[in-house]
Amino acid sequence: MDIFLQQILNGLVLGSVYALIALGYTMVYGILQLINFTHGEVLMVGAMVSLSVVMAMGHAFPNAPAVVLLIAALSIAIPSCMFLSAFIERVAYRPLRNAPRLAPLITAIGLSIVLQTLAMLIWSPNPRVFPDLLPTQPIAIGGAYLAPKQLLILVVAALLMAGLMLIVNTTRLGRAMRAVSENPRMATLMGVNPDRIISITFMLGAALAAVAGLLVAMNYNIAHFTMGFLPGLKAFTAAVLGGIGNIPGAVVGGLLLGIIESLGAGYIGDITGGFLGSHYQDVFAFAVLILVLVFRPSGLLGERVADRA
Amino acid sequence: MRSTLSPKQKALWATLAIGLALVLLPFAAGAIGNAWIRILAFALLYVMLALGLNIVVGYAGLLDLGYVAFYAVGAYLYALLASPHLTEHLPWLATLFPSGLHGSIWLLIPLAAAVAALFGVLLGFPVLRLRGDYLAIVTLGFGEIIRIFLNNLNAPVNLTNGPQGIDRIDPISIAGVSLSKPLEIGGIHIPSVQLYYYLFLTLTILVIVICLRLQDSRVGRAWMAVREDEIAAKAMGIHTRNVKLMAFAMGASFGGVSGAMFSAFQGFVSPESFVLMESIVIVAMVVLGGMGNVWGVVLGAVLLYAIPEALRHLARPVQMQLFGEELIAPEALRMLLFGLSMVLIMLYRPQGLLPRQKA
Amino acid sequence: MTVTTALLRINAVSKRFGGLQAVNNVSLEIGPGSIYGLIGPNGAGKTTLFNLITGLYPADRGEFLLDGVAYEPSSVHRVTEAGIARTFQNIRLFPDLSAIENVMVGRHVRTHGLHSGIIGAVLRTPAFKRIEQDIRDHAQQLLEYVGLGSRSVQIARTLSYGDQRRLEIARALATEPKLLALDEPAAGMNATEKNTLRGLLERIQSDGKTILLIEHDVRLVMGLCGQVTVLDHGEVIACGSPTEVQRNPAVIEAYLGTGATHG
Repeated sequence: MDIFLQQILNGLVLGSVYALIALGYTMVYGILQLINFTHGEVLMVGAMVSLSVVMAMGHAFPNAPAVVLLIAALSIAIPSCMFLSAFIERVAYRPLRNAPRLAPLITAIGLSIVLQTLAMLIWSPNPRVFPDLLPTQPIAIGGAYLAPKQLLILVVAALLMAGLMLIVNTTRLGRAMRAVSENPRMATLMGVNPDRIISITFMLGAALAAVAGLLVAMNYNIAHFTMGFLPGLKAFTAAVLGGIGNIPGAVVGGLLLGIIESLGAGYIGDITGGFLGSHYQDVFAFAVLILVLVFRPSGLLGERVADRA
Repeated sequence: MRSTLSPKQKALWATLAIGLALVLLPFAAGAIGNAWIRILAFALLYVMLALGLNIVVGYAGLLDLGYVAFYAVGAYLYALLASPHLTEHLPWLATLFPSGLHGSIWLLIPLAAAVAALFGVLLGFPVLRLRGDYLAIVTLGFGEIIRIFLNNLNAPVNLTNGPQGIDRIDPISIAGVSLSKPLEIGGIHIPSVQLYYYLFLTLTILVIVICLRLQDSRVGRAWMAVREDEIAAKAMGIHTRNVKLMAFAMGASFGGVSGAMFSAFQGFVSPESFVLMESIVIVAMVVLGGMGNVWGVVLGAVLLYAIPEALRHLARPVQMQLFGEELIAPEALRMLLFGLSMVLIMLYRPQGLLPRQKA
Repeated sequence: MTVTTALLRINAVSKRFGGLQAVNNVSLEIGPGSIYGLIGPNGAGKTTLFNLITGLYPADRGEFLLDGVAYEPSSVHRVTEAGIARTFQNIRLFPDLSAIENVMVGRHVRTHGLHSGIIGAVLRTPAFKRIEQDIRDHAQQLLEYVGLGSRSVQIARTLSYGDQRRLEIARALATEPKLLALDEPAAGMNATEKNTLRGLLERIQSDGKTILLIEHDVRLVMGLCGQVTVLDHGEVIACGSPTEVQRNPAVIEAYLGTGATHG
């Protein structure tokens, strides 16, 4: 088995998920200059709702094919997350649009905790097992292997990212979104309702997060009320890495971070002579975040902007 | 009869009265049970933590979401220098210290403050030029990195004992009197937990005095200038880089001292005590109480520590009475309380319970 | 007319922002004790030049000399240490601090020593208390000097617009500058306020300070300034006394269309 290729493939799978989540962060940041700290929890809710639907339908229709279960799950999870995200924006962010920038961040942290607690109460404090819906026989690709669910992640993520780019670049809605993110007041003069566009932006990001949540749950076979935090933070890192506010940047950043993390975890033992092991994997994302923000805050694809004091 | 006391005399009497109340409080609490004195002692630790964070967030306006790292540094420093762990795992150290490492608090408290301050500077350096929300996320990252290292530095050399933590930490002894044994003074029995309370009370009062004095000084004004408008502060000749690092260092030092005390009090530390939620808890205390207001922060810390603890003891019986079963676990109530208080305060009273302005 | 005792001399200063040459080869000299005006139509580069002089961002090229000594305008706080204090076009006070606290911050750069720092603050040494009292007294004096003596404890953001501008000037004066650089100090003021401001600036000048002024109000500039430099498109198009400059055809042409000739 080609270990290097395996690491790269694993990294791409991981990175695709990060990219999906990162898109939500970057869109909201592009339009409001706000870090949506609750985004990770939206992912978690997507995963938990999907779990409930899959379990319920699995009981009611034990012979239902995986595709049906997944589509059913998403058809409930996506609207739930969209609604949740729009609700958060309306209740926690909108009243604070003119407050100092730290205020919505603190509110978001508080909401994050509330959401986690509610999830803990609704779905149980213990991790729940997410069943394997797809066959588990790995597929050989070159000198490496991918499980079918990993392949699904790659395909679904790619389709969704392409879909989003299409929306943003070719539709009227996309133009409106870009207009509001560049100059909200001017956009108003052009007949665009910025509040509506902002809500839609949140909802689009939430839809992607909902799918990402399901994919994460499938990938690790686990759903837990704390599952949103780490992917959320890493996806934020990815967004920053690619250039926050920049949509292709989120994709690039996500894939790149996934690969860095995968290669890093794989080779860190060799690099540090056994001093640091693979449980330091999470440190990579944090390290990348800190390095990027300190040395190149505009990210890979972002413009060089001076610190807006 | 009209009072003929001057304001200064009134303040003096009030201070004495409050002081007396604080000294007698544990006796009252102890009557209900020693567990309540323990709650008072822990509340004081959190007050110190909140006051430390207040310097960074309230005075200098830097939102540090990884403050628990300094708590951890102080705690582990004390644990390593006052327990058998290092001598058990590092043979060469055992030969240097045949009777073991038993640092006295006269050494360890200043050392914890100094080492934590050093970490404050190290963590502060990279974030100097970052804007508010980015700074928050990076500091959050630092806090997590420290916790991950504490959790994993048990191989190849066992420094921190990983997730199992360090136990058998020496209790504190002052002038030969060990705080782990009760004290009999003139017929009054003072349990060990109460002795720790008095130690923490002394330290907390010291911290409060230091904070008040810093606030009303050139240093404090420099911090506040940086908070209010960094560019204007620079235009007034303030070295904003040094001012920010000083805020980090000072704030961290209080965290370190509190951590050391926590270590000694509990006799045991593990990375579990230094999770992100703790940083958020401390932020919530500062935000709820009133950023930049010493008394507000004290109030915020006491409220947000005492109420969840009270809930922990009362939630179950009350819910059993009302619903016949426990619907919501105390831990969940605690988290809900923190989350909601942060949201509601920011939406409806962002300046906190006791705002920092005089006018 | 190289006056060897020029307080501020800048030579061949240039700054480019991406595709725009904001400041192109600008030189000027400010004599000590004078009020010097920097004028020009919108977008002429006045604020950019101002920001270069006061160290907000570095120039691409050029020399900066204060009192004959070259200074590095690479960091704002060093420029202030060297002796140039500035105010801001959009007023940058410390909004939640009181008026006197704002001015006290201005003293920061001129107070030094162990006792003025953390150790002094925590231990409340006699030296510390003396320094603090000095700072406070000095600040109160400056507030009275600008006419805000009675408002010392008022929170800065609750002050009236005109009072805020004066407070900013008091705060800048607290740094004991050799050169006081004011960025549109009269912006948004009515005629009465402008008169008060003119009086204040003249008093500051007669007390020996040098003032550099960006202003759009031409009448104010004409009445106040001894010398004036006119910028347009980042370049100096005229330099001299207000009356000379006012008659300069290049200046008139630069302003034509903006209607600024009838200030």
